[in-house]
Amino acid sequence: MTTATDTSATAHDDHHHGPEKGLMRWIKTTNHKDIGSLYMWFAFTMLLVGGAFAMGIRAELLQPGLQLMEPQFFNQLTTMHGLIMVFGAIMPAFVGLGNWLIPMMVGAPDMALPRMNNWSFWILPFAGGILLSTFFMEGGAPAFGWTFYAPLSTTFAPDSTDFFIFAVHLLGFSSIMGAINIIATVLNMRAPEMKLMDMPLFVWTWLITSFLLIGAMPVLAGAVTMMLTDRNFGTAFFDATGGGDPVMFQHIFWFFGHPEVYIMILPAFGVVSHIIPTFARKPLFGYSSMVYATASIAFLSYIVWAHHMFLTGMPVAGELYFMYATMLIAVPTGVKVFNWVSTMWRGSMTFEAPMLWAISFVFLFTIGGFSGLMLGIAPADIQYHDTYFVVAHFHYVLVTGALWSIIAATFYWLPKWTGKMYNEKLAKVHFWWAVISVNVLFFPQHFLGLAGMPRRIPDYSLQFADFNFISSIGGFAFGASFILLTYIVIDCIRNGKPASARPWEGAKGLEWTLEPKAQYHSFNTPPSRKLIEAESQNS
Amino acid sequence: MEQKKITKKFWIKLVSAPILMFAFAYAMVPIYTVFCEITGFNGTTGRVETEQQYEVDEQRKIEVSFFAMTMGGFPVQFGPKVNSMTIVPGKFYTTSYIAKNNTDETVIGQAIPSVAPTDAALYFKKLECFCFNRQIFKPHEEVEMTLRFVVEPELDKRIKDISLSYNFFKLEK
Repeated sequence: MTTATDTSATAHDDHHHGPEKGLMRWIKTTNHKDIGSLYMWFAFTMLLVGGAFAMGIRAELLQPGLQLMEPQFFNQLTTMHGLIMVFGAIMPAFVGLGNWLIPMMVGAPDMALPRMNNWSFWILPFAGGILLSTFFMEGGAPAFGWTFYAPLSTTFAPDSTDFFIFAVHLLGFSSIMGAINIIATVLNMRAPEMKLMDMPLFVWTWLITSFLLIGAMPVLAGAVTMMLTDRNFGTAFFDATGGGDPVMFQHIFWFFGHPEVYIMILPAFGVVSHIIPTFARKPLFGYSSMVYATASIAFLSYIVWAHHMFLTGMPVAGELYFMYATMLIAVPTGVKVFNWVSTMWRGSMTFEAPMLWAISFVFLFTIGGFSGLMLGIAPADIQYHDTYFVVAHFHYVLVTGALWSIIAATFYWLPKWTGKMYNEKLAKVHFWWAVISVNVLFFPQHFLGLAGMPRRIPDYSLQFADFNFISSIGGFAFGASFILLTYIVIDCIRNGKPASARPWEGAKGLEWTLEPKAQYHSFNTPPSRKLIEAESQNS
Repeated sequence: MEQKKITKKFWIKLVSAPILMFAFAYAMVPIYTVFCEITGFNGTTGRVETEQQYEVDEQRKIEVSFFAMTMGGFPVQFGPKVNSMTIVPGKFYTTSYIAKNNTDETVIGQAIPSVAPTDAALYFKKLECFCFNRQIFKPHEEVEMTLRFVVEPELDKRIKDISLSYNFFKLEK
């Protein structure tokens, strides 16, 4: 089974290697495709849960005054919305995409460490379950924001915080194991004929993301472990009376937190770098500059963390350094946006659903990038800090950035995963519904923030009422769009028309040389140099 | 060609990287303390052991304001004896804070200083301060706690006002 041409001949030989039947298939599986699907469905479930919390938040903010809930419960919703979306939805979704795609893209039969792969997935539902169970505990769920600053999360937090800490430990373990697995797969399982600069960009961005994960997640584990011992074992890392310092918590947290935001966006860059060349029917512009830009962003992400902390009282020299270092990130990111636009320049473009999502990603993510630059200006941040402007900024990069790319990737590779085609007409309706409503939802939040509305507050003064009303209506419409997305995906799996092996005319990549529905075991023999060159993005 | 095996060496590298980064999170604690002492970051004030001589420019005047805060239900009334002083950089000054324990119990507390603007913190040195040690307040006792400090002449000439604030925390034991 080395190339697409002889796959059909060997397909029925695979019969007895097929998946086990029933529930145990999913519990015991070590197959990268099964585990990829598990990750994606888990992430989607968490997306709906986190989305439900967001609906609660927007419902409360629909009108000024306290309508629906106690402020304490509102705080629990904002905290859990952030945690579930970051650790339960976006990150597992990317690991799921990585699992599904990386072995096929590098011509490997499976992930390098398949049993660990199973383990790193199956930790997740338990971690998510522990996190969600805190809602039903005495004192309620954590209510200190997803950034869990001390001493709010140590001295003044509910008892359920210890469950939150344990859940973060588990999520961290899962992510680190996932990252180790991807590094080992890319470096050891890659087809012997494939050089590093032959690798598709999704593989490159995930490899670099893996290094961010093994660098940053243990620091988060350290921060929550310090919280745990401060809360229960009498240490004083963040307690001023014992010689500790609450500001140090923010340093440790953001030393993790800033690489974390790139963990959630670098694989998105990879996805878009596949989709845009396909539908522009042109090779990707500037392949190697894309690789170097990704690596530069990853490096810079470790040395800019204190731009989240301009208001903690920093010497001017510190503010200047962190401001300039932050501005520097705009350079490699600008290179990427330039390359995507240049790829489309004079291309023979068509606008199928994945391309619509990818183009709107470039446009809307850039808006989020620009508001990020505004926030990175130390003197301006005094005005913007902890307002809705920040909320608007990170939702533009995480929803219309990270989530957009996940949806784009889902439509783009769904034919390869299922062997069937989704309903293009419905997918277009869904796209326009989502892209309009998401802007109605988040764009007014820029104005609210500039006018001074603080984030994480359940009530607001009357002058913010109109924009909040518009934002909430957009929020409900955006939330409802996911019902249609669920329908489109399930309809594709059940009733989709059969897809061809390469359903997109301009698509390149080893995964398209497999059968229409990628066979359960692919690339048992590595692909040839000729095939790799023919399918390379770097040409 | 065969696919490469995962060697033992590679395994060790992969597993030790996260362990090292976990250790690094803990290493940030002493690094942070040293960093704050050297740079005055976070308003950490410095300390001098002896009354050393500085070059004094009598014409240069700086206003130092004193503030007091208490946290977490600290039961002792606490405040500066004078609210502000006009000082000359390079000279040592003495002032004090007054604390009164209004309760029937002995209270132990620790004061944490902070200087603003942070660029002044590095040059604000103390010879004697009640914040160097924990303080014990007997029931209904009023104490005057002294503070002897100097602002070094190397301070940026543009800084004309400095605020020093103390935050008192209750210690359990």
